[in-house]
Amino acid sequence: MDAFEANKHSLDVQKKIKEKKDRIKLLRKGERLVPIFLLFCAGLSVLTTIGIVVTLVKEALVFFSEVSPADFFLNKDWRPWQGDYGVLPLITGTLLITLIATIVAVPLGIASAIFLSEYAGEKTRKTIKPVLEVLAGIPTVVYGFFALTFVTPLLETFIPNIKVFNALSAGIVVGIMIIPMIASLSEDAMNSVPNGLREGALAMGATKFEVAIKVVLPAAFSGVVASVVLAISRAIGETMIVTIAAGVTPNFTFDPTESIQTLTAFIVQGTSGDTTYGSTIYYSVYAVGITLFVFTLIMNLISQRIARRFREEY
Amino acid sequence: MKQMSQQQWNKHLIRRTIISRIFHVMIFGATLVGLVVLISLLYRILTQGIAYVDWGFINGFPAPYPEEAGILAGIVGSLLLMGIVAPVSMIIGISTALYLEEYAVKNKIARFIQANIQNLAAVPSIVYGLLGLTFFVYFMRLGYTLIAGGLTMSLLVLPIVVVASQEAIRSVPNDLKAASFGMGASKWQTIVRVIMPAALPGILTGTILALSRAIGETAPLLIVGAAAAIFTLPGKLTDPYTVMPIQIYNWVSRPEAEWQFVSAAGIIVLLVILLCMNTVAVIIRNKFSRRL
Repeated sequence: MDAFEANKHSLDVQKKIKEKKDRIKLLRKGERLVPIFLLFCAGLSVLTTIGIVVTLVKEALVFFSEVSPADFFLNKDWRPWQGDYGVLPLITGTLLITLIATIVAVPLGIASAIFLSEYAGEKTRKTIKPVLEVLAGIPTVVYGFFALTFVTPLLETFIPNIKVFNALSAGIVVGIMIIPMIASLSEDAMNSVPNGLREGALAMGATKFEVAIKVVLPAAFSGVVASVVLAISRAIGETMIVTIAAGVTPNFTFDPTESIQTLTAFIVQGTSGDTTYGSTIYYSVYAVGITLFVFTLIMNLISQRIARRFREEY
Repeated sequence: MKQMSQQQWNKHLIRRTIISRIFHVMIFGATLVGLVVLISLLYRILTQGIAYVDWGFINGFPAPYPEEAGILAGIVGSLLLMGIVAPVSMIIGISTALYLEEYAVKNKIARFIQANIQNLAAVPSIVYGLLGLTFFVYFMRLGYTLIAGGLTMSLLVLPIVVVASQEAIRSVPNDLKAASFGMGASKWQTIVRVIMPAALPGILTGTILALSRAIGETAPLLIVGAAAAIFTLPGKLTDPYTVMPIQIYNWVSRPEAEWQFVSAAGIIVLLVILLCMNTVAVIIRNKFSRRL
């Protein structure tokens, strides 16, 4: 009886061990599926890129079968509702905004970066950096409101004949929006300049100004340039500020007091309610979209290339 | 080299020191510009909008008169949209990050995916709107619905979630993993029981920041058809919807001056919600970021 009990017990244990082994085997088998699922998820980002490119190209091709590319890229009239599809006014509008934004953001951004990395003490840096981060986190629709209701009236006191919707006000605010980007990326680049270079220059009797301008800035130059290029790309693609504050008048002009329209602002206008699916205007949105995409893609690639070269230096 | 007398040298030095001081003041001033803009922006919005923020505004629907307009549909729409974006972008984003950090051999495929994510992060948001319009709205026939908007926004914030998750996973110390493997744990067990708990605060912080970016985004949702005038709250995924930024945009673009105050009131609500999300992110970061 006792022997029987013991035997049964040991059988139980062996069974349990076998069961456990089976379970582990099953688990290991299941685990082999994990990387496949993870790779699938990682692949989704590639599919997104393919989706973007295919979407833009496919619909733009329909547009270019109706409007010749020569008309699109060379004509100076953008009146899609009258059948004029010359994209140049939208491009000059975008460039004008980008130019103003760059003029505002580059000096302020780089100055902030130099201040934070070379001059500010730990405490100052810890208060100012979060403020810049807050500036970066403000929704663009809020910036648009600010441009239209605060910056434009302010500009009106200096330039009385400025339009209510104008490129200058929108450009300035886009510039303010991209300051944090230039400041924080440039500061990273400056921070990674080895301290030995600074100390060497200071030991030679250089002032702090000379260290910043003649040593740190040149050493971090490619990082700074990469941040500027990336910020410009962001300015090109900015939508809400220009839609709200720059107007919907495709003007072939470089006068910043005029109302203009950018590539992005047209995409918003062209996809809003009164455009029917399948019309030429509908497809023109994608032609404009692909122009915008190519512009920003080129800027991003340039920025990445410069940043990569910069990383190899140290 | 030119010889300098002591006197000349002193003069030279004084000039250089003065330049350095002036420069210091200048760049400090330049840094303050951002601060000044931020303060004037907040001041402007608060003084214009605070009088309009009351229970009727928070709990009301769009109306033809400024006094009656409310933002309830926007608040609910934004929150529901987050209800889609958060799980979708987290599942795909964390999986992608796990693949790149833990499974991928550093080969061409992994490098290609990595470069691809970097590029996606820099694609203008409005282009995502065009993708969403073509793929979700027309191709998949989802129409101008909550789910179409949610999926579009998920793709938009995906790169941010991936990069944040990668950083969090990378910062898990190697000896923790080695100890887990040494105890006989499998790779998956190590990921679930060791890596994920250690990386989760970082991942959550990054995701909340990505979501707060999504909550302020306007352009892609304008394109995938978030409507401005919604008078019932969306009950299911295939209902039309609106979000706070769209309502604000709609009010800003009206010509009558009173709508400015309504826009400012809407912006206050939006900024308060953003502030809450950021606070949560900071709390998570501070509470759980112990040194491992």
